[in-house]
This record gives sequence, C-alpha cells and structure tokens, in this order.
Amino acid sequence: MATQSTQSVGQSVPRLEGRAKVTGRAEYVHHLHLPGMLHGKICRSTVAHGRIRRIDVTAAQTVPGVHRIVTAQDLRVIVPDPYYGPAFHDQPILAVDKVRYAGEPVAVVLASDPHVAEEAASRIVVDYEELPAVFDEVEAVTSKAIVHDVLKPAGTFPDLKHLQGKRDTNVALDFRLRRGDVERAFKEAAHVFEHTFRTQQVLHVPLEPFVSVAEPGEPALTIHTASQSPSFVRIEIARLLRRPENRVRVKVPYLGGGFGAKLYIKLEALVAALALLTRRPVKISLTMEEQFYTLTKHAATLRIKSGVSKDGRITARECEIWWNGGSYADIGPRITQKSGFTAPGPYDIENVRIDSYALYTNLPPAGALRGFGIPQLVWAYESHTDMIARALKMDPVEFRRRNILREGRKQATGTAMKDAAIDKVLERVAARMDWGKPFDRGSGTLKRGRGIAIGFKAVIAPTTSVAIVNLYADGSCSLCCSTVDMGQGSDTAMAQIVAEVLGVPIESIAVVHPDTDVTPYDMATLGSRSMYHMGNAVKLAAEDARDKLLAMARELGLAAETTPIPDIFRKKYGMQAGNIVGTGSFIPTYQSPNHETGLTENATPFWMVGATGVEVEVDTETGQVKVTRLVNVADVGRPINPAIVDTQLSGAAIMQMGFTLFEKMEFQAGQCTNASLAGYKIPGMLDLPPGITNEAVDAVQHTGPFGAKGVGETGTFGVSPAFANAIDDAVGVRLTSLPLTAEAVFRALRAKQGQALSDE
Amino acid sequence: MMKPIKFTLNGEAVTAEVPPHWNLVELLQSRFSLYGARESCGQGLCGCCTVLVNGTAVSGCLYLATFVDGAEVTTVEQPAPGAELDAVQEAFIARGAFQCGFCTPGFVLMARQLLDEMPDPTDDEIRHYLSGNLCRCAAYPEIIEAVKLAARMRKGRGKST
Repeated sequence: MATQSTQSVGQSVPRLEGRAKVTGRAEYVHHLHLPGMLHGKICRSTVAHGRIRRIDVTAAQTVPGVHRIVTAQDLRVIVPDPYYGPAFHDQPILAVDKVRYAGEPVAVVLASDPHVAEEAASRIVVDYEELPAVFDEVEAVTSKAIVHDVLKPAGTFPDLKHLQGKRDTNVALDFRLRRGDVERAFKEAAHVFEHTFRTQQVLHVPLEPFVSVAEPGEPALTIHTASQSPSFVRIEIARLLRRPENRVRVKVPYLGGGFGAKLYIKLEALVAALALLTRRPVKISLTMEEQFYTLTKHAATLRIKSGVSKDGRITARECEIWWNGGSYADIGPRITQKSGFTAPGPYDIENVRIDSYALYTNLPPAGALRGFGIPQLVWAYESHTDMIARALKMDPVEFRRRNILREGRKQATGTAMKDAAIDKVLERVAARMDWGKPFDRGSGTLKRGRGIAIGFKAVIAPTTSVAIVNLYADGSCSLCCSTVDMGQGSDTAMAQIVAEVLGVPIESIAVVHPDTDVTPYDMATLGSRSMYHMGNAVKLAAEDARDKLLAMARELGLAAETTPIPDIFRKKYGMQAGNIVGTGSFIPTYQSPNHETGLTENATPFWMVGATGVEVEVDTETGQVKVTRLVNVADVGRPINPAIVDTQLSGAAIMQMGFTLFEKMEFQAGQCTNASLAGYKIPGMLDLPPGITNEAVDAVQHTGPFGAKGVGETGTFGVSPAFANAIDDAVGVRLTSLPLTAEAVFRALRAKQGQALSDE
Repeated sequence: MMKPIKFTLNGEAVTAEVPPHWNLVELLQSRFSLYGARESCGQGLCGCCTVLVNGTAVSGCLYLATFVDGAEVTTVEQPAPGAELDAVQEAFIARGAFQCGFCTPGFVLMARQLLDEMPDPTDDEIRHYLSGNLCRCAAYPEIIEAVKLAARMRKGRGKST
C-alpha cells in the first residue's frame, strides 16, 4: 500500500459535484419520471380548526383524466393507523375527521397529467364544522381550544413518556432546568432586569420544493424522496405499513436545499400509501405556495430575567420560553429541550431556572430550521445582554467578557465546557469590528451604529452514524453513507476524510448517495451533526479498510507500506478482483438530564460557538436599516474544507439576515396570506452588505474527525440580536420583536419622540 | 388539442407537439429530458427556470411553450463551443459559487448574458444584473467573485467563452 500523505484534509478541495451542478445535470428527485406514473395534487383545508362533515368529490370526478380521488378513509386499507411523527404519533397522512390548520391535506387527486389532478383538486368541496382555534403560543397554555384531544408520544424519547394519554392540554412538552438558588440570588442581586422578546413564523424556502415518488415493487416498496433523513423515512414507513425495514427502500439524490424542512416524514407516507393503493408509481411535487403549508420555523415568546451584581457579574437567570409548534409536534419537543437548556446563553451563571414549553396551536406545523431553536434563544439573551450592559453603562463587549463561560466551567446543565472557544470567538469578533477604535456615528438623518452578539449550541445527542468504505482492486474506492448532500458539501468533506486515511487522491473516491438498501444507517442530516458523527464513522470505516489492506499485504509477504494497492489485490487474487470492505459506526457518550432538575454531566458531545458583528445605517426619516458590514466568527474546530466552511458561515448569516430584517409569514384567522415569493421576500443580491467577513478561529474539537465539528448552523446564531443592538446603538430605540422592518424602526422612533403612530 | 412547433434547441433543429397551456419548462423536461431549467416559485421571481430564447433570458415557468415556435432556445445543457465547460461554469466551480445547485443553471445563464453585455462588470453591476436570481443557500459573495473571475478568464481567452 503506497501511502503517501495526500494532505486532503484541511484543503479547500472544489466540490466533487461541481461539474454536474454547473451543467444542470446534477440529479434531484424533481427530475424523476417513471413509466405509468401518476401525479398527485392535494386538496387542503380552508379552515384552521374544524370537523370534516362531508367531502364532496362529485364535481372533481367529472374532470376528464382523473384516475382516482383519495381521502383518509381510503388509505385505511393500506395504513390502518395512519399517524406519524418523530416525537408524537400525532400527524395523519390525510386529515382524519378533523383539520387542525388551514392548508392541511384533506384529499388527493391522482392523474397521469398533473394539470388534470390540479383542476380536479380545486373542485373538491369540503364541508367543515368550524371549531374555536388558538394561534398564539402563550394563549395556547390556557386556551379552551384544544388542538389534540389526547397526547400520543411516539415512545422514542424517554422524557416524553409522562405525557402519554394526557388530555385537555396544548402543552406537548414542559422542559425544566433548576440549578442553584435563583430566588435568593435575585434577592441579593444589585440589579434585576426582565425583558420579553418575540420571534415570528418564517419559512425554510428551499428552492426545490418538497417532492417524493413511491414505486411499488417486490420485495421492497421504493421511495425516492428529497429528504434529509432517509433512515428515519425507512423505519417510520416500515412501522406504518407493518413491514420489516428491508421491504422499504429509500433513495435520496442531491437536495435542492433542506435547512431542516425536509426531515422526518413529509410527503413520503402519502406517496407510499397511494402507490400501494393504486399499484402504480406516484409522484407528488409541491408548489412554492404549498411549502408554506408544510413546515415553518417556531415563533416563540421568550421571557428572560437576570440578577446582576455591583461589579457586573450575572448571578441569576430565569428563562421562560413558549414555542409555537403549530398543529403537529414534528420535532418541536426536541427543540424545546435540546435547545432549551442553552437558554441562559454562553454565560457563567450559578443560579438558573428554565421553563421551556412546546405548544400546539392551529398554525402550520413548525420544526427545525437552521439552528434548532437556537437563533430564537440567542435573539432573546443577546438582546437582553446588551440592554443590561447599556443600563449599567458598560461596554457590551466588556460586559460579555466578564460573564462568558470559560473552558472547563459548568454550563447550566452542569456539563463542563470542553473545546468551546467562546472567549476566542468573542475577542475575534470584537477585533474584526475594530471595537476599540473610534466609530463614525453618521450625521443628519442617517445615523450609524454597531452591535455584536454571541451564541452557542449543543449538538443533539445521542445519535448514531454508520459508514462503509469499499476498496476496489484497482485502488479506487466508494464511500457508502446516508448523509444527504443538500448543498453543505458533505460528499466532498467525507471523501476528503477517506482520502486522508487511505493516502489516496480524492479523485479516486466516489460517494454513493443514500439508498437504504446500500448505504447504512444514519440518524439524519440535521443540526450540524454530520461532520462530527458521520465524519467519525467514515474515518473509522476508512481506518478499518486500511488496516485490512495492510494485514492482507503482510500475509502475502509484501512490503505493506510501499506496495501499490492494485498490486496487493493482484497478488492475492491472481487478477484484478476482490474487495476490501471497511466499516465504521459511531455514537458518542451521553447522559440523559434528570427529569426534575434538567441537570446532567454530559449533555452533548460538542459545542458550536458563533458570533456576529454588524454595522448599520438607519434612516431616521423612513426607519430603513442598511447593513454596511457583517462579520461572522465561529468555532468550527479544525475545518476539513476551509472554503466550504466559509460559504456555510456566510450563507447561514445571510439567511438569518432575512429572518431578522423582513421575512415573516402573515396570518389571518390561521390562513397564511403571503404564501408565495411575491408576498414573502427572501434575501437577494441587493440585500447583501458591501463587505462580509468570515473567520473560523484557531480551535480543535479533540473528539472530532481530524479535529473538526459541525458548522451548518453556527453562522445564524448572533445575527438577529446583533442587528437590534446596532439599531439601538444608532438611534436609541430597542426592538424586541422580529422582524426589524423599516416600519417597526420608524414606529419605535416616533414613539420615542412621543408621537406614537396608531396601529394600522 | 396539440400544437406542432419547430425550433432550434441548443443548436439542433427539433419539433414537438405541445398542449397550448404548457410552459417552456414543461416542454424541455417532458419532451427533451432537459432538467436544468427548473420551476421553483412559479411566478418568475426566483430565476431557477431561466432559459435563453433568441439570446434573451426568459422565465421558463411563465413563458408559454408554443411561443418558442421558430425561435432559438438555449439551456444550460448547451455545451460550450469546443469545450465541456465555458468560462462562467469553470469560474463557478473554482470559486465554489453554489451550494445545493438548484438555482445554479439560472445564475450561469444570466452571468453569461451579463458578461456578453458588460465584459468587465463592477460589483454593483453584477448585483443589479443578477438581482432577479435567488439563491436560498446565499452563495452570493462567491457568485460575485465567480463572475469577476469569469470576466478575467474570458479576456484571457480572447473569445466569448
């Protein structure tokens, strides 16, 4: 084995799929057409909460070319218990008896021509008995409108078991954390501050909308789907169909963006049931509008209270968070807990109390969106932090410096911080912003300001990744793993790891895309977990293959380190033949938090740290906020591919800038009224600041593959509060609700002048 | 009711029978298996469905298929003359100017048209010219760099590819 170090890791290798993507030939589910395929179009609920009295399909059936119209009743033949979900089995494949949000799928029309299906779906008439609805997450706690009659935890997560069978409540999880003596600390504090913050519903908007195809067959039903979680899809569909895992095959090519939307079950259960019902391949491709009725990001209300000593040390913090989970839990209860425990921020606080509630409401379901709840939390605690610093007349950077969690200190859960470069990230963002230097504050009606914010995240735990490295007789190699490349560059980074371990050029490695018949289990591509978990599994698999190859060479009496790989195989098999298969499986250690206190010694295998600095120019006549500088600094461990890490950081920050400045789903009586890109603006080229700087600080994740860890979400953390802090710095108004639109700034300016504008 | 049309597709004379309600994206995908132009927003706002008709970029999701009768249609799949990739495509790879790649064909076609009109664009000109193309992964800084690199490469090659 001629191992020369290729030094693949740490290089900005161009993405493996570059050629396919720039020529428009990269494979997406979108492209898939199968012989005899039917297209499904969905008839959706027009009310936010109601009992279905009647579904009238008479007019729809008269449309020429309709193959079949399907309601929940028809699906019972295939799926007797049609409820799915990762945390609760609460979501029906099609609405059963009741609808819980405007836009919920009620019936499907199947036809060979999608236009026929669409026309017919629009002619289905559903008669509803409307029920009282609840939309606000805080009202949902006490509301008489109950979204689900009874709670049905999926049984996967021990901390949800106590909710089994609970009635008359919209609370889908009540996570609590208790550390130290908060009451006493507040009494003894020199200053106490309390603020409440709000965030709005926003949308992932992958430019490839949701799409799934199911293909009936023996021995397995095959599902081709734009999914971030092929292994979960297989297990959940097998459960619904009461089949063993090996009779459901899930294949995922490239994704046209995911951002947390394309997780768990979205269209997969529906197409699977329809394909088995009709014995034909069925494809459902959602429109952009329909994405607004599928999965959103949690709106949240966050109350945060701090006790601060005379010398500016935070001694107590109380956080109460209400997460608006919409009508189905999706992964919301995980967000409530796994992100909830970081609610006090990256600060060293002895006395902490957290109450984090997942709420059902009659809005479209909410789930993970690039940060898993962290951007909402950072929005609150970093706005709060700046407000305290200002009230105490302390420099915001200095106030943070005095309070941040240093290496080895215990975070709120009691887990000691390890490989979390919070101090470095803070210092680097301050340095990059020239924080200590004089700052031009603008003049006339154009005022300038600057702000920073820092956040952190614990990767979700415990989760498993498995990888297979298959080395062929000519020395080329394939990597089988179920990590989904949705643009984050995982194919390239994983191949770099294999190349590094085997000492071969990256060109000799092909990455096999997720196919559950071929690629082994992976929990999912989410929460910035892949680089660490799959990266470790891939490294183990490559090392296993290398060790087997070296052993084979030694058995054959060859100089193991210097013989070219093809020569080893040739000597063994007499020709170009055979394989060496290396496997790797990775699950980190973890300790569940105590149910009563939320405390644990080992909450997570790694921490992500991200800070953002912005400079803004605020027009006091219009409230318009122009960003003139954006700095993102992060601890990503040691980057495997620095150029891709850079793109991830700025991409995440720009996306979060959209959520900060203008993106918002508008609702009237639970109906989203801006469900299109005409009504819902996402950042474009002209929204970019003139200069964006990204920096990965010099850091190492000692347990990560070659010192690396995840980065997909880190760029989002500090963006929203950095903007609010900068606006306050510029014009002295404090906004506590997102988004920070020109109108919101203008209203605040007028209110400050004692000339508040009337509502609407 | 089908309408027969004839047009030039990526340099080749072709014919098709087209239902009158089809848009250009459906025509390219259903009859010619060309998937580089993709319908995303369906409102002509995102640029994922960009196609060149008689040398001008159009939104394929809003452009009726029958309108290309007699026209010259170019998609991202058109190979560069004498090479597999043109300067814009090579520059996009070199600068990592994409992530998920779903919007990339639209950006490539618009960037080409931009460089045909302005061989040496400023940052500001690039931003304005490409403001009708959306990239949710927000690889915008890399795209701007790629367009500038492509401009330099095209000058070096002394031709428009």
